[in-house]
Amino acid sequence: MPEPMMPLWEVFIRNRSGLPHKHCGSVHAPDATMALQAARDVYTRRGESVSIWIVPSTAIIASDPAEKEEMFGPTGSKIYRHPTFYKIPDDVGHM
Amino acid sequence: MTGAANPATGMPERTHLFTYAIALADDALVLGHRLSEWSGRAPMLEEDIALSNLALDLIGQARLLYDYAAEVEGQGRNEDQLAYLRDAHEFRNILLVEQPNGDFAATMIRHLLYAAFMHPYFEALARSTDPHLAGIAGKAVKEMAYHLRHASEWTIRLGDGTAESHRRAAEALDELWAYSGELFEMDGGEAALVAGGVAVDRERIRPVWQSTVMRVLDQATLDRPGDRYMQTGGRAGRHTEQLGKMLAEMQVLARAHPGVTW
Repeated sequence: MPEPMMPLWEVFIRNRSGLPHKHCGSVHAPDATMALQAARDVYTRRGESVSIWIVPSTAIIASDPAEKEEMFGPTGSKIYRHPTFYKIPDDVGHM
Repeated sequence: MTGAANPATGMPERTHLFTYAIALADDALVLGHRLSEWSGRAPMLEEDIALSNLALDLIGQARLLYDYAAEVEGQGRNEDQLAYLRDAHEFRNILLVEQPNGDFAATMIRHLLYAAFMHPYFEALARSTDPHLAGIAGKAVKEMAYHLRHASEWTIRLGDGTAESHRRAAEALDELWAYSGELFEMDGGEAALVAGGVAVDRERIRPVWQSTVMRVLDQATLDRPGDRYMQTGGRAGRHTEQLGKMLAEMQVLARAHPGVTW
């Protein structure tokens, strides 16, 4: 397949120092430099960002929706993995 | 306006300052309005938003400069009256910024020629002896750094892109080059402000403008246009027919409904 002229790029924005980058959407751009500028223009217009990551969408390895049952089904019956059975002393406060 | 007359020009210093601030504001407003004409029509969504961002930067700069010009004038006019109730012959912008958008390449070449000048210009103006102008320039210089980056990257990709994008960029450069000479024009009033440390000597910006533009054109595989007759007249209010048409659209609401707010 020929390279598309305007491939898709995934955009990750870090809102504040210390927080992880979060996926916020995608942009079309001819290359990485322009993708970074497009992401800046589209996703950081309200001063919400301190850092941007750009990843070619083709570099994302995604799970197959058809394999949903074997991938995610088995965890449904294992409620003991939720940390809801511990008693937290009042002094600890909000966790 | 009152104040001591400048011996070189015979006019009060405040008149020069008003005219100077208006010229800078008109450059920003006219180019900002031109870019806003792309809204909803850009080649791709990402660029549509990018061009609107650039337009809003410029309109924001224009507002601050009009506001200051109105204060200097002291006649009770405000930024809206200066932007919406002057006719084409009263605008002091250079002809480059009023040129129609053309295709995307023309818009980017026009922006490259302007931003490559205004970025170092505002950098120098941020050290003005006039604290108000220095403040406005200090804010604008960060914006123009991004404008220059955006226009440069696109010029490189259009020039060094497909045969068609190269042809369009080369044609736009050839067409717009004759409007670049006006970036360096100064009248007696502005020269007096330069002498007082208020304004920036435009000629001093030429070397950095040239090296920036040439570096981008080289990377874009675009030939440097040869020396030619340079268009002039904008600073004296002699505009191309394009400005009148643009103002008709930009000012219609404010003129049809005086004092309206929206």
